[in-house]
Amino acid sequence: MNAITEKLLRLVSDWDGKFKGAFNIREDSGCAGRQSSENIRIEPKADQPGITIRVSGRARQETVYIPACVTRSGVDDLVYNDFIIEDGADVIVVAGCGVHTDGEEEARHNGIHRFFIGKNARVVYREKHIGTGDGAGARRIDPVTDIRLGENAYMEMDTAQIGGVSASVRSTTAHLAAGAKLIIRERLLTDGEQTAKSDFSVTLDGEDSGVDLVSRSVAKGNSVQEYRSVIEGNCRCTGHSECDAILAGNGIVNASPALYAKHIDASLIHEAAIGKIAGEQITKLCTLGLTQEEAEQKIIEGFLK
Amino acid sequence: MLKLQGIHWNTPEGEEILKGIDLQVPEKKLTVITGPNGGGKTSLAKLIAGIYQPCAGSIVLNGEDITPLDVTQRARRGIAYAFQQPVRFKGLTVRDLLELSAGETLDEARLCGMLSTVGLCAQEYIDRSVDSSLSGGESKRIEIATVLYRRNAQLLVFDEPEAGIDLWSFSKLTEAFERLKAGGDRSIVIISHQERIMEIADCIAVVANGRVRTFGRREDILPELLLGEKQSFCPIGDPRKEVC
Repeated sequence: MNAITEKLLRLVSDWDGKFKGAFNIREDSGCAGRQSSENIRIEPKADQPGITIRVSGRARQETVYIPACVTRSGVDDLVYNDFIIEDGADVIVVAGCGVHTDGEEEARHNGIHRFFIGKNARVVYREKHIGTGDGAGARRIDPVTDIRLGENAYMEMDTAQIGGVSASVRSTTAHLAAGAKLIIRERLLTDGEQTAKSDFSVTLDGEDSGVDLVSRSVAKGNSVQEYRSVIEGNCRCTGHSECDAILAGNGIVNASPALYAKHIDASLIHEAAIGKIAGEQITKLCTLGLTQEEAEQKIIEGFLK
Repeated sequence: MLKLQGIHWNTPEGEEILKGIDLQVPEKKLTVITGPNGGGKTSLAKLIAGIYQPCAGSIVLNGEDITPLDVTQRARRGIAYAFQQPVRFKGLTVRDLLELSAGETLDEARLCGMLSTVGLCAQEYIDRSVDSSLSGGESKRIEIATVLYRRNAQLLVFDEPEAGIDLWSFSKLTEAFERLKAGGDRSIVIISHQERIMEIADCIAVVANGRVRTFGRREDILPELLLGEKQSFCPIGDPRKEVC
């Protein structure tokens, strides 16, 4: 792999020169390294770019790394990754993505991930996105995640876009069977002329299924964000959606949360708050000796932590 | 230590709140500022911290005119201020605030010690967000801890530390103030209506209707206040002179 990939891997995954266990490193639409483990098998797809990751029901707190890096302008990477998680498996998926440009042309990664999660399985999915480089070309990341949670399955999705990405469109859909739980935490920071769009759609099909979706974002500079979430309750279920955004400079946030309760026992809640940093928060940190700029930075760091 | 000279302050709407405050806060002593609600005590505390700027008058700290300095500059000169209404943050934790205040990374033992001082069962709180999940009393005690342990603080200003705190915690808090006073190395100003806090003061100033009505040694002022003469607030000393 090249030096830029190594640098990006350190930023978006737990890379310290090597991965322990199963991994697949994608570099500029090619494979820069792959390894399966006893309980996690990674196979390339025959009919389209991408891999299939099969996690055995015997996996216990095992980690699989599937980072993707685009290291130069002019690359438009499209990948289809499927995760087949057997009943009772317990796995951590680290799926960061870094896009680097050094020229005029755009660089893009579009990862389409499908999760098929068996009964009583547990998945923690961590996804960190970042853009680097001095090139004028746009750095785009457009992830698509589709999740099918089986009975009593559990998934925690932690997704962060922490800077440098010119434009992103995130689309996440999920269908939950009885007793399944989905936790989503999104953190998003945009600056300059960047744009980011997040679209979540969660359907609660099974009795006592539940989703907890929290999005925290900061829009600085002239950046523009759009947030859309739809939670649909078709049975006795619980759904919570929270969208908090901080505006700085000329940042714009457009939030459109929606709840559809289609059953008398569907209990759905939405909370949303958009605004600038409260003046008293800055003042409090200034009384501790921070400058206004330091205080603002600290508040944003804490908010996105 | 701290000298307030001819301080006037109006609200942005033009209402005159402070009408010529003269007060000399003694060095390394505990001074309580008391008086009726709406008399200007909190405005005065915020002026000392630099949150408000006076319309007229000057504030002198250790011989330096700090009137034009902002909140950050005054904090770096050693003024620490505990808000009457603690500020809440989504995301910042108790640990974050205490470390910012102390100016260094703190291990769990030190964090626990700090929180225990203000009557909090420490370990439960260290990594909690300072947000609306904390009760008023809890966030108040955390606010006080950020000032008690402020790095390089010379003058500690507490605005109604007793507000929203239960009796048991109030007792712990009073003990903390007593220890702070016994340390003898920092000047303390507490805005308070509590007799128990006034009892541990070296000096008491009564602020009413935007002026210092009385200032003097506790043993001279407190009996008068307790005798129910609070409404009269007759001047018995010159607040510009060192009395303690």
